[in-house]
Amino acid sequence: MFQRLSASLGALIAVLGLGAAPARAGEVHVAVAANFTAPMQKIAAAFGADSGHRAVLAFGATGKLYAQIANGAPFEIFMSADDETPARLAREGLAKAPSRFTYAIGRLVLWSPDEGVVDDRGAVLQSGSFRHLAVANPRTAPYGAAAMSTLEKLGALPALGPRLVQGENITQTFQFVATGNAELGFVAASQLLKDGKALGGSRWDVPAAFYEPIRQDAVLLVKGADNPAAAALIAFLKSDKARAMIRSYGYELP
Amino acid sequence: MTAASQDLAAVWLTLKLASVVTVLLLIIGTPIAWWLARTRSRLKGAVGAIVALPLVLPPTVIGFYLLITMGPHGPIGRLTEALGLGVLPFTFSGLVVASVFYSLPFVVQPIQNAFEAIGERPLEVASTLRAGPWDSFWSVAVPLARPGFLSGAILGFAHTVGEFGVVLMIGGNIPEKTRVVSVQIYDHVEALAYTQAHWLAGGMVLFSFAVLLTLYTLNPGRRARP
Repeated sequence: MFQRLSASLGALIAVLGLGAAPARAGEVHVAVAANFTAPMQKIAAAFGADSGHRAVLAFGATGKLYAQIANGAPFEIFMSADDETPARLAREGLAKAPSRFTYAIGRLVLWSPDEGVVDDRGAVLQSGSFRHLAVANPRTAPYGAAAMSTLEKLGALPALGPRLVQGENITQTFQFVATGNAELGFVAASQLLKDGKALGGSRWDVPAAFYEPIRQDAVLLVKGADNPAAAALIAFLKSDKARAMIRSYGYELP
Repeated sequence: MTAASQDLAAVWLTLKLASVVTVLLLIIGTPIAWWLARTRSRLKGAVGAIVALPLVLPPTVIGFYLLITMGPHGPIGRLTEALGLGVLPFTFSGLVVASVFYSLPFVVQPIQNAFEAIGERPLEVASTLRAGPWDSFWSVAVPLARPGFLSGAILGFAHTVGEFGVVLMIGGNIPEKTRVVSVQIYDHVEALAYTQAHWLAGGMVLFSFAVLLTLYTLNPGRRARP
């Protein structure tokens, strides 16, 4: 009776994930920039199947994740939406500087869900034939800074002023355009792929010369320095298998 | 614009928004509260539930649906465009409409409670003295429900000042039009400008405390029930 009770209690604890993990498989806690949610879920699944380790993912805005890490959040790897924040964490002694690497490079696209709105040279920006142009907040989102740099290079910024609406991040910016509240907007190439297929509408893939590359860097945090599962995940992110997955989501790689 | 003047612009915009919304809510909320307090209709439950929805729903849900329905493809968006008003997202009027909706329960419920607390008796007495329904509403019900109006106005104002999720979804973060204090604080934190964030965030804490202190000091008898 007693044995049966303790056996079922043990099973319950195991189910709830409270028990000790099996010796060979480890766990790694990863803070991931929200724009990388979909690819990272797929990569984590493949990583789990290949290595037996489990990657526990937490998604959020880069600035918020930084604040959490700086205040003791139990993350072991940080996958940022920019390259500055991981560098800053390394400077502040919260991350291992040599481990920093670029896991994806974002591409900027001017997009409208309607056909014939955006031409393939971005001339629509000069025409002013629209009410709202959505960009991500340039102060907080790398895609926003890239969009502003593009508008500046085109000399379109002064005339556009009052028509510019800002999403807090690239996801919200996409939402503004997808719901038709802004006729067009600067979004991420990765957002225009749904299950490997390109979304409809019209687009201008902004040439790389118009903006600084949107490097998304990852870094090993001090809390994960001695965790073999963390080292394994970083190695996996650099593998051909993971790189192919990252590309399939519309990102480039160095 | 300097950083400090942007903060001031956000503060001014927030106060303007909250004032407009509070006045509108007293105008719209009073008849709803009166009806809810006195009706025996079977619709009472349904109307009360709709009014209370913003208490339960996450602001992101409200903001998301407002963005869709007020957008050019949504029913409200089509209506406002047909009326020549344009579409509401990314405008001050849009923020006002959204705020009226999500602050509604904070105004209606205290007023409704106050009306219910009056009971039938004073109004019956008023009508035996030949006061018409309109007269007895203004000279009996409203004065007796004064604490409810006060709570409703203060809570509606304070809640509008404090709202973030809905404004973020439909505002578009435009300086002097839709960038309110809560959004500005969020920006400062995201940009790691913690000093600026502290000024505004600390100010919000003090403001909220002062508001609630006023409320509980003026209404010591009963707690404001949001």
